[in-house]
Amino acid sequence: MSFFGMFKRSSAGSAPVARERLQVLLAHERTVSSESDLVVVLREEILAVIARRVKVEFDNVNVRMDCGETVSTLTVDIEIPGAPPAMLLAANG
Amino acid sequence: MAKVVVVTSGKGGVGKTTTTAALGAALAQSGQNVCVVDFDVGLRNLDLVMGAERRVVYDFINVIQGNAKLSQALIRDKRVGTLSLLAASQTRDKDALTEKGVARIMTELRDKFDYVICDSPAGIERGALLAMRHADTAVIVTNPEISSVRDSDRIVGLLDSKTEKAEKDEQIDKHVLLARYDAGRAARSEMLGIDDVLEILSLPLLGVIPESQDVLRASNLGSPVTVSNPASSPARAYADAARRLTGETITMTIPAERRNLFGLLFGGRAA
Repeated sequence: MSFFGMFKRSSAGSAPVARERLQVLLAHERTVSSESDLVVVLREEILAVIARRVKVEFDNVNVRMDCGETVSTLTVDIEIPGAPPAMLLAANG
Repeated sequence: MAKVVVVTSGKGGVGKTTTTAALGAALAQSGQNVCVVDFDVGLRNLDLVMGAERRVVYDFINVIQGNAKLSQALIRDKRVGTLSLLAASQTRDKDALTEKGVARIMTELRDKFDYVICDSPAGIERGALLAMRHADTAVIVTNPEISSVRDSDRIVGLLDSKTEKAEKDEQIDKHVLLARYDAGRAARSEMLGIDDVLEILSLPLLGVIPESQDVLRASNLGSPVTVSNPASSPARAYADAARRLTGETITMTIPAERRNLFGLLFGGRAA
């Protein structure tokens, strides 16, 4: 019994690990993929608005959605090269 | 009322083409008028698995571009008279498969057949999206293996957002077909079990196809497994799955292990 028991423990039982890894991964991917379309649309529309006033590099824009239980946050991080705030205001004027 | 079924998976090599051929043949053997359609432009294989590779004269793209009529491109199976094949193009540009063209041909196929079974290419690109676009029902072929289950989950998301039915706020009918299943390894917890996969994907089960040498043998011979060896366990599992697809309720039998040590010693064939 002990011989077979040892044999079994060493070779079997990876399926529960697979199952758990999948459940964790898919719980994450399902929220991400349902929002990724929205984030892509938001990113484009926000950029279009900003780009009318300020020159921005598409690569330096980060739009992120963080989901909480009751509240989610949308973070828009746009890097504006070289221009101090005063010049931005002047450009607006 | 014709039913359009897409056989899809995300991941490659899980058994989509084998399944398309076997389910199509099983439905046709039960008297339905069936057309199997290969959407894998550039890498067609359904013709080969069906044993019709030397009979392809016109293909899907010839019909879309108006170089051939649909009736000229359809290849009727020599073994099962109610089964037809529309082959994909092997050489041409993938973009030749246009959304409008596919829509037109799917409408024509719906008029001619009871079942149109679309064999999707792997991946989540254009070809896969076009294959699922007009489907009423999806058969998601999954292996009991993590990468396959993950990709199936991704495909479910696309079926719920990118199909014609989803865009009309209707539900597309989705089923899991678990292929290459080894009951013995699952029992020893070496492989994800049926319940694991169903719980993770939260979808109904259409059938369980055992890992079996009969499947490879069938493709070697160029014959759907339900035709080449109807008594084999994968063929019976596919025949049951086909009946479930038509709405019949059939008790799920989990296919037995492949030939085990006992079977080898005594020369018996595992059922």
